[in-house]
Parts: sequence; C-alpha cells; structure tokens
Amino acid sequence: MKRLLPHPLLTLTLAVLWLLLVNTFSAGHMVLGLLLGWLIPFATRSLWPQSVCIRNVPVLLRYLVVVMHDIVVGSFRVARLILGRPSSLRPAFITVPLELKTDLAISLLANTISLTPGTVSVLVSDDRRTLTVHSLDTEDAAAMVAEIKHRYEAPLKAIFESC
Amino acid sequence: MLEFLLSALILTGAAFTFIGSLGLARFRDFYTRLHGPTKATTLGVGCLLIASSIHFSVDGDLSLHEVLVTLFLFMTAPVSAHLLAKAALHIKAKSLAPTPDEGSGQPPHSS
Repeated sequence: MKRLLPHPLLTLTLAVLWLLLVNTFSAGHMVLGLLLGWLIPFATRSLWPQSVCIRNVPVLLRYLVVVMHDIVVGSFRVARLILGRPSSLRPAFITVPLELKTDLAISLLANTISLTPGTVSVLVSDDRRTLTVHSLDTEDAAAMVAEIKHRYEAPLKAIFESC
Repeated sequence: MLEFLLSALILTGAAFTFIGSLGLARFRDFYTRLHGPTKATTLGVGCLLIASSIHFSVDGDLSLHEVLVTLFLFMTAPVSAHLLAKAALHIKAKSLAPTPDEGSGQPPHSS
C-alpha cells in the first residue's frame, strides 16, 4: 500500500488541482486527475523524503479562517500606513524563537507571516531555533512575538507535529 | 445588483493594488518598500479574482480557474518576498531598523 500509493494526500491534491486547471468536472477528467495524482508522486517519490501527516482537520480549517481574516485586516492597516506619513513608521527586526521542528511547519509559518501584511519573514537561523521577521510598524515587539506564537505557531504545531 | 457588487470588488481590488504600488514610492528603505507591493496586493488581486470568478460563473459555466491563481499566488508571493529580504540582508542593504546577524539571526547589538 505504502509502496503503491506513497502520498495519498498529494494524490488527492493533484487530482483537485487538475480539475481546477481544466475547469470542468466530468467523470473522465476525475479519472485522469486521479491517474496523474498517482503517477506524479510515484515518479518523483525520491523528492519527497518524509511523508506529510495532517492531524486535527478542524484546527487546520480554523487556522485558514484566521489567516484569511488577518490578511484582510492587515491589508487595511498597511494601506493606512502607506497613505500616512512615512516618517512616522517604526520598522524593526523581530526575533521569534521557534518551537516547531519540522521543515514543512517552519516554512508554512514563515509563509503565513509573509502573507499577512505588515510582516515579512526574513531569516531562519542556521540552527532552526529562531525566525527573524521584519515588521513595518512595531508598537510592542514582545506582544507581536506573542501574537505570532499564539495565532500561527500553536495551531501549526497541533496540525503537523502531533504525530 | 450583481453589476454593482462586481464593480465594487474590482474598484476595491484596483485601489489596493494601487496603494500597494504607491508604497514603493513613499517608503524610505528596501525592507519597508517590500511590504507595499507584496502585501497590499494580496487583497487587491484577491478582490479582482473573486470578481472574475463570479462574473464568469454567472455568465455560463462555473469558473474556478481563479481559485488556482489565488492558491499559487498565496504560495509564491511570500517565498519571493522572503528571498528578496534575505538577499537584501546578505548584501547589507541600507535599513532604517538595525539589522540582525545573518547566520544566527541574533538581534542587533544596541547601537
């Protein structure tokens, strides 16, 4: 089973991607999508050393909603900062200590931080212990670190690192 | 009614994209400039794509291409922003905020 179907989640994702790509939902394309979804991970399995496991689907869904919400709210904040006086900005580099261990979770955290407006992840330290973030307007660095850890890191840890 | 909704979405999207690009001109150093075009545009392009999806879905067949565009944009935009920032740190671009050490990520010594 493991040999024949190395990454069931990836298979499903690729099938859905294929359906979106061809923009039709006929049975033929579903079969073709599933076939591609099986063939591609199978042919490239040496590129995927660790299998991804996802626990806590409700947490994952809530996480997506939180991120969407933060993107919208953050966009308005950044828009206001751009239209305001540039000299009143307080840019800063903030160091976030990482509790996440797996590469996937760390990259997702960095991606989320960059996606939400007002912060860009700049650097993961060589030992993977800290993540440096550039913030456009910093009022309280410690509060910001706490927010990142609470809003993004904790759910990611629950989703990807509990198995 | 639908026309109004679509127009509102497109105008909002255009406004956010414009403001994002405006940030490029208004901000002072590389790192703050990075925030404008990579981020405010997330919502801007998002609005435009939602409008496109609704328009073509109502017109004829369900159109979900846009979901794919959004997905790929959300996956690639942060990566390019991260690499730009990392490269800027490497060449020691001028920064308004004290920059951290490149290897350890340690915060700057207070200066």
